[in-house]
Amino acid sequence: MTDASLSLRPIGFRSPLRRALIWRGGLVTAVFAAPILIALALPETGPAVSAATRNLPPSLAHPFGTDALGRDMAARSLAALAVSVKIGLFAAILSTALAVVLGLAAALDRRLDRIIGVLTEMALGLPHFVLIMLVAYAAGGGIWGVVLGVGLTHWPRLARVLRHEAQTVAGADFVAVSRALGRPQLWIARHHLAPHLLPQVVAGFVLIFPHAILHEAGLSFLGLGIPPHLPSIGVILSESLRGILAGHWWVALFPGLGLMIVALSFELFGETLRRAADPREGVA
Amino acid sequence: MDLQLMRRNWLARLLLERLIRLIWLVPLAMAGLFTLVSLAPVDPVQAYVGARVAQVGPEQRAAIAEAWGLNAPAPERFWLWLSHLAAGDFGTSITYNAPVLDLIAQRAGASLALIGTAFFLALALGFSLGLLAAAMRGRWPDRLIRGLAVVLSASPGFWIAILLISVFAVGLGWLPACCATPPGLTAAETSLGARLTHLILPAVTVSVVGISALILHSRARAVAFLESPAARHLAAHGASRLRLAFRYGARHALGPALTVHLAGAGELVGGSVLAETIFAWPGLGQATVRAATGADAPLLLGIALATLLFVFCGNLLADIAARLADPRLREMR
Repeated sequence: MTDASLSLRPIGFRSPLRRALIWRGGLVTAVFAAPILIALALPETGPAVSAATRNLPPSLAHPFGTDALGRDMAARSLAALAVSVKIGLFAAILSTALAVVLGLAAALDRRLDRIIGVLTEMALGLPHFVLIMLVAYAAGGGIWGVVLGVGLTHWPRLARVLRHEAQTVAGADFVAVSRALGRPQLWIARHHLAPHLLPQVVAGFVLIFPHAILHEAGLSFLGLGIPPHLPSIGVILSESLRGILAGHWWVALFPGLGLMIVALSFELFGETLRRAADPREGVA
Repeated sequence: MDLQLMRRNWLARLLLERLIRLIWLVPLAMAGLFTLVSLAPVDPVQAYVGARVAQVGPEQRAAIAEAWGLNAPAPERFWLWLSHLAAGDFGTSITYNAPVLDLIAQRAGASLALIGTAFFLALALGFSLGLLAAAMRGRWPDRLIRGLAVVLSASPGFWIAILLISVFAVGLGWLPACCATPPGLTAAETSLGARLTHLILPAVTVSVVGISALILHSRARAVAFLESPAARHLAAHGASRLRLAFRYGARHALGPALTVHLAGAGELVGGSVLAETIFAWPGLGQATVRAATGADAPLLLGIALATLLFVFCGNLLADIAARLADPRLREMR
């Protein structure tokens, strides 16, 4: 992924940027894959309910402690992270696809540009989270509510970047030369437009991801997202509110920390990708 | 002559331009909001009847639907809603059983107090941390502050709120974990001090949303100033980096930082929805969640419209602040 998408600017193999990409990419892969793999390895039924192990603080047997029903929080948190990651992935794919379509359409057609400009203005007219709540409400809540709510609201930033990038490339001299040489439109799109836009799309996708999972958790926390019978960080944290006044801090600390680590690693990786794709930035 | 008049009237021009935008944006946004709310797979009559389901027969349901105009096609209903709005009738909230406009007026104060406090808290903290990081550029305080900004931007705000409750309300017992007033008392019966202690944790929670952008932005502006010839000149006269950043860099950074912060004020509303729910704060955010879970379409629409206007005002103030801080912007279209 990194090699093909970063062909815009050659990066020396030993350059600090390349090294940052490699280790951050590796970290993201690990953080991304670990909860899913572990959750797949766990038994289907989830951690067992048991009265004997209720509200235990963290110990060697239960590194994240146990909840009010005696379930092991480590297993629950990992299963929940896996759900969060999957839903974040769907939402980020949806948003990126929308951004690509709308950004390119705006760059290529002036009338569409107007309409999409108004759409963007409307999408940004409400606070992000309020709009997500409204879309989730319109979709009837549940998993689809979350995916649509988050997916339909995160495209404006990337769409703007892509629109600008496409317009810049389309107006560049080398494109004019290609046209004069009689290259077909598709050839120009493949050889001139794609290499410039692809890195932006990849970086944009990775950067949407942390927002997607944080907003997903917020929706589920309010009871407007993932239904309570599924494990999800938002649901776990909303349940933790009941225990927190009794001093059961571990039920809240570890699941949130897990979510933060996932979001943080994607944020760092995406930022590095964005810098690698941006020719104006110096080598990190 | 003409040019001078234009220059003097940049504020009037900006206001006029925004007024025109408001005139086309609001109807479009209303249509969008109405569409969203009508798309929801909720039967409004069922939502209204709620628990009294056994006492309401099919004829009564049909009568309610008829009285509300639910059988009319969507454009007609939209028009009906608009004409009611024009008459100042925002409908009646199902969950609170009160007129929407009264509810909003009643609850807006608590929300504005929360968001306003969070706004200034975030500004004070984010701005000074950003300047400090710029002054200490490359050294450990800078790394620490930048790390804090990145970590905060990747943390769910409501999780931070739970940790705050866990530490300051449960562990140390310094601050209350709930509500705007002590249990059983109204706001009028509560002393100012008690009201302020109830405000601290929710306000910190909301402010977390805005701090990291503010830190990074004011740091970048202050760093740009510290690299300028003017700063080098002052340094040659013996000004320390801290003094340079806080005495002179602050002037360069405050305008842009304030602009970014005002433009992001809408995001504080998003943060307040979560914070108000956690702390049982009697504001609009809490009402939004209850409206969404209780299928209370009139309240949801009313709050969305109020929020839209709030964000619009935030953006307008941001533009005015930017032009006050940087006169060059006034001449641009």
